[in-house]
Amino acid sequence: MEDHRKGAAALDEARLRQQAIGVKLRQMFDEVVNEPVPDEFLDILRKAEKPSGER
Amino acid sequence: MTEAQVGRSPFDPVRDVAFKKELVTLIPHLRAFARTLTGDPTAADDLAQDAMMKAWDARASFQLGTNMKAWTFMILRNQFYSEKRRSWRQSQLDQEAAERTLVAVDDPEAPVALDELRLSLAMLPPEQREALILVGAGGFAYEEAAEICGCAVGTVKSRVSRARRALQAILEAGAYDRDGGAAGDAMYAILADAERLSTLR
Repeated sequence: MEDHRKGAAALDEARLRQQAIGVKLRQMFDEVVNEPVPDEFLDILRKAEKPSGER
Repeated sequence: MTEAQVGRSPFDPVRDVAFKKELVTLIPHLRAFARTLTGDPTAADDLAQDAMMKAWDARASFQLGTNMKAWTFMILRNQFYSEKRRSWRQSQLDQEAAERTLVAVDDPEAPVALDELRLSLAMLPPEQREALILVGAGGFAYEEAAEICGCAVGTVKSRVSRARRALQAILEAGAYDRDGGAAGDAMYAILADAERLSTLR
């Protein structure tokens, strides 16, 4: 019985740790997503859009 | 040539506007994915720009209304691996980037948990890392991640689960070797931080 309870607690603990890692992973990714996009990106796209512009 | 073969005109300004609008909204996500692949902000932006231009050039082959995010991620990933194949020095560069990150982490003011997670991620095999990022951070379903990586859904599932276990083991062992500090610190920092974040929501 005691072992059973310990096993369940360990499982909860493992789940908690995985959840925490998940939260941090998303935070790490979102940190970059939320950065302002450098102007370069839109500049390049704008230049490419001009059909007859010299590249 | 028949009418059907001619199909859509290659110049369709209305369609291009819609395509561009959606592509622009994806730039921040492409940058984030590129950052996790290269580990280096400058190289990541170069990669994201290349992928963006490849997507633009291939816009006629994209079916509007389908998943553009998955499509552009696939382009970016292919671009990354084809460049990597071309470069013999890539593993060397990876090592240098990791060392630079390590130096940056020496800053005592740096937020502990996030950098340790980054370092631990860098230690995973690339196919495990990308699977975990796509599913765990990018918000993709296993099926979409499988399409992006060009592998079976079961493969993605097993990569994600191996990545999760490995990441936890690395963090708990303190195997990234920050400063010889107590083992397990990183996991505690992450637990504490995650708790703080979840109470903010």
